[in-house]
Amino acid sequence: MIEVRNLVKRYGSHLAVDHLSFVVEKGQIYGFLGPNGAGKSTTMNIMTGYLGATEGEVLVNGHDMLKEPEEAKRLIGYLPEIPPLYTDMTVWEYLAFAAELKKVKRAEIPGQVEQVMEMVKLGDVQHRLIRNLSKGYKQRVGLAQAVLGFPEIIILDEPTVGLDPKQIIEIRQLIRELAKKHTVILSSHILAEVREVCDHVMIISKGKLVASDTPDHLERLIEGEETLELEVKGSRRQVESILQGIPGVGELRLHEQRDGLIGVQIQVTDHREIREELFYALAENKCPLYRMQISKATLEDVFLELTQNENEDVQGGSTEDRSGTESLEEEASHEGDL
Amino acid sequence: MKGIYKRELKSYFYSMIGYVFIAFLVAFVGIYFMAYNLNMGYPYFSYTLSGGLFILLIAVPILTMKSFSEERRSKTDQLLLTAPVTLGQIVWGKYLAMVTVFAVPNLIFCLFPLMIKASGQAYLKVDYCAILAYFLMGCAYIAVGMFLSSLTESQIIAAISTFGVLLVLYLWNGLVDFLPTDAGGNLAGVLLLWSLLAFGVYQMARNWILAGLLEVVGAAAGIAVYFLRPSWMERLLPDVLGRLSLSDGFTSIVNERLLDVSSLFLVVSVIVLFVFLTIQTIQKRRWS
Repeated sequence: MIEVRNLVKRYGSHLAVDHLSFVVEKGQIYGFLGPNGAGKSTTMNIMTGYLGATEGEVLVNGHDMLKEPEEAKRLIGYLPEIPPLYTDMTVWEYLAFAAELKKVKRAEIPGQVEQVMEMVKLGDVQHRLIRNLSKGYKQRVGLAQAVLGFPEIIILDEPTVGLDPKQIIEIRQLIRELAKKHTVILSSHILAEVREVCDHVMIISKGKLVASDTPDHLERLIEGEETLELEVKGSRRQVESILQGIPGVGELRLHEQRDGLIGVQIQVTDHREIREELFYALAENKCPLYRMQISKATLEDVFLELTQNENEDVQGGSTEDRSGTESLEEEASHEGDL
Repeated sequence: MKGIYKRELKSYFYSMIGYVFIAFLVAFVGIYFMAYNLNMGYPYFSYTLSGGLFILLIAVPILTMKSFSEERRSKTDQLLLTAPVTLGQIVWGKYLAMVTVFAVPNLIFCLFPLMIKASGQAYLKVDYCAILAYFLMGCAYIAVGMFLSSLTESQIIAAISTFGVLLVLYLWNGLVDFLPTDAGGNLAGVLLLWSLLAFGVYQMARNWILAGLLEVVGAAAGIAVYFLRPSWMERLLPDVLGRLSLSDGFTSIVNERLLDVSSLFLVVSVIVLFVFLTIQTIQKRRWS
């Protein structure tokens, strides 16, 4: 499908994309994940032929983007970060123009424009000027433009940015719908989105590909040992001695919280199920258990671990990371809930 | 190309710029027409049109300022450049749309000589040749304006720089007269222009050796000519640059009733050159 070989993009002395290579297979949804300024948009701009690469090549179905740009571009539909809309046209006029630009046959243009408008639900606004549309509708017009001509590959740069939660869900459904017939590549910095939508995640940091796998595999990658999180009422020493008596409990980390509660993190060795034992042991010693939770590594952890500088010198640093992760997770899940 | 041409043409009339441009040109030439031909009874429309030459300096920047700068600012160039069309088709499509807008007032001008004929003696051949030359010159101005618009993201900068360059072109003959005629002064001028060219080559190719070599060879040739055949250097710049005057073809029709094909050829070459430069500018930006 798309093969990217050794891509380099230099802006002066700044290296935006650093020897990036990957292959995109047919019929899957790929997610580009990376912090701001990681080179996601630049990579997409090069893949679609908007920018030229300093080094390296992009092959689309065997067509080199530089040597056969027209054949290669014909296979790609692209929604850039900012939708490229002519605001002085109506939605219908704009889409008809985009279809003509994409070499859709003249007789098929009206039918295809209708079909695409149906897909992204633009029918109500088709005769309005794009200038007067809300951000969400503009984004949909941009998406419709990318889908027009039904190219084999659809590349979407942050397709859900600036949309309200309902629209985000709609767009995600649409992307899944599209993936049945097309290969979709999207970029995002919302981890929950990538987790939910994509079959394959590519994490980019500082212009380099740092990981490329399915979300599940990536999570398993750093999962290692399971962690149990507890909140127990009692004294620190007492709790520690109880817990250490239970087989399967590895490394312990305790910290005192408000109202006499002790927060505990337990590394469980050998994946043993120790929750029942823990519960009874604590109950026998009259240390009420307030909360118990298994925490697994999430895509957030993978992302942070891979995109941050590898400073593994201080253990305390990683606890801080974890609390930061939780708030991120919360944000993401709220978004999903709405 | 056809799609881009049609969209561009429509957008000039959605945004009123097209109407304003046409109305502005027709109104001012109409005022000259009333004054010269109707009130004073002068039978040549070509003379009226030469009065309208200055109007182009104001009208053309309005037409060309947004052609590429606006695309870049609003990022719509991403749509065009990632579509399966060549850059040449994009640039020519836009250029021809602007030329079409400019053709409308010129077609209206074609009625003026008939009005003169209706009320007496008219010189239709001269008048229509003048309109053709005027149109071609406007097309060259549009190509220059489009090129300057492709250099910037700001419409205002595009408009002002276009006005500046067109003003220089308009005053070309007068400015050329200020140039020195002696051999030494011309050598200095040639060396200066050649250095600018070499610097331009460096900017485009980013190759010190090529630019340096070009500079040294050119400078050596210039100095050699100066010492061996100083007479060749005399009046070199005024002669060469004087030939590059864009408005000569038009003024020779107006003043001498003479159709100078070579100067019309110059105008067409300028059009092709600036369309080419526009394509190169956009191409280069993708790589930097």
